[in-house]
Amino acid sequence: MLHLFSLNGDRLAFDSESGALHSLDETAYAVLSAWVAAGQNPPAARVLQKLADRYGSAVFDCQREILGARDQGLMFAPVAVTKPEQLYPEQPRIKSMCLHLCHDCNLRCRYCFAGTGDFGTGHRSMLSEETGRKAIDFLLTASGDRQNLDIDFFGGEPLLNWPVVTTLVEYCESRAAETGREIRLTITTNAVLLDQGKTDYINRHFKNCVLSIDGRPEVHNRMRQDLGGKGSYDRVADRIRTFVVARGEREHYLRGTFTRENLDFSADVLHLATLSSQVSLEPVVSPPGSGYDIRREDLPVLETEYEKLATIMNRMDEQGRGFNFFHFMIDLKGGPCAFKRLKGCGVGTEYCAVTPEGDIYPCHQFVGQEQFRLGNVHDQPVVLDQDVLKCFQGLLVPNKETCRNCWAKYFCGGGCAANAWHASGSVNGLYEIGCALQKKRLECALWLQAKKIERGGDRS
Amino acid sequence: MKHIKIISGPCVTPPADGKACGACQTSCQSACKTSCTVANQPCENPNR
Repeated sequence: MLHLFSLNGDRLAFDSESGALHSLDETAYAVLSAWVAAGQNPPAARVLQKLADRYGSAVFDCQREILGARDQGLMFAPVAVTKPEQLYPEQPRIKSMCLHLCHDCNLRCRYCFAGTGDFGTGHRSMLSEETGRKAIDFLLTASGDRQNLDIDFFGGEPLLNWPVVTTLVEYCESRAAETGREIRLTITTNAVLLDQGKTDYINRHFKNCVLSIDGRPEVHNRMRQDLGGKGSYDRVADRIRTFVVARGEREHYLRGTFTRENLDFSADVLHLATLSSQVSLEPVVSPPGSGYDIRREDLPVLETEYEKLATIMNRMDEQGRGFNFFHFMIDLKGGPCAFKRLKGCGVGTEYCAVTPEGDIYPCHQFVGQEQFRLGNVHDQPVVLDQDVLKCFQGLLVPNKETCRNCWAKYFCGGGCAANAWHASGSVNGLYEIGCALQKKRLECALWLQAKKIERGGDRS
Repeated sequence: MKHIKIISGPCVTPPADGKACGACQTSCQSACKTSCTVANQPCENPNR
């Protein structure tokens, strides 16, 4: 499927099945628009003639170029037939875990999907060493022969349970050495308790560190307050500055959330870029009616905002001051294989979350939703609920009708199942607002890549 | 071509052996906790 779009006067065509990207002049854009209008087929002769009346004989040159590109598989590539069973020649293997070090937090962020730490359970709890070890053992067993395993030390706020963090890091390292596996660790923190000792430790042991901060001080403070209702920006930004310097070139992200209270979020991305060159800012996940939830009527403003951000980032890149915005990052040289693109994030089949009580859920977003509980690491052996697993094994792009005919399907892999469930009541459903934002982000990302490639820069 | 310029060629390809090896990172292990993007996850299979 060919997707045509323009941004800042540049006309682009993206072929979703092949992944090829093209820059078009005005005439080619008009002729290809006629192809798209004809259901991705050659337009009728009378349609071409009508275009020629306006654009001249160049229309027929364009038509020849398009037919040539199609023959080379660069445009209108046929839909790849991939059998879902190819994804799992044996069985799906859980290889990544979001390990909840505690269900408690030292902040009370208004939008917190984790119910300000307790995940809506009504009680706050800490992961014990014993449960943590069993969770890690479960991952080692469930992952079968997978070599690379990932664990995100998550919360609540994991630094509240620091002694268990260090114990479990040591356990991961010893089990990895015993089993010959690679266990890559990430920690996600609000940075409030980040001191020099913890910074040094994280930099020694963690492959990635995600630091939560929302952007401009007034935006951050409006949402991310402490137990006394005081904004946390000053404390957090100070610790993050120190951390980023110590972290150097190693992987880390400043990650924030925007809501309808800061629809001008590009200013927040740019603010975060003054603190680090690795930035992620995502739209809030929230039930309708919260007041800060993203609504359909916000889409035009948000889409313009993404374009504005892309334009500024392109200019900064030209000036050698570029930074990475996670959701504009795409790899046009290679990237993930077709199978990963079909199955998406791996929720419930390759990824899971484990709570302080040892309960296993398909991902952190489903924690506390009893109908999605897969099992418990204290059960020996751990037997996963096959009915719940089945819901998630079926989450493949070819199984979602709305995704099958979407040009963005190989970028998002069908989108976030938790968002779909919140929006539609089905993990296989559609979150239309999320889809619209995803498509705009991808157009911006493709445009940025095109500008970079035209400048002779890196393609990734 | 005069009117169409190829910025980037085909890239959506299945692995050579026709099955998913599972070596790669899962999406929510990075800086993405609410809005799934798989296309920025690199292939980690050294033999691909």
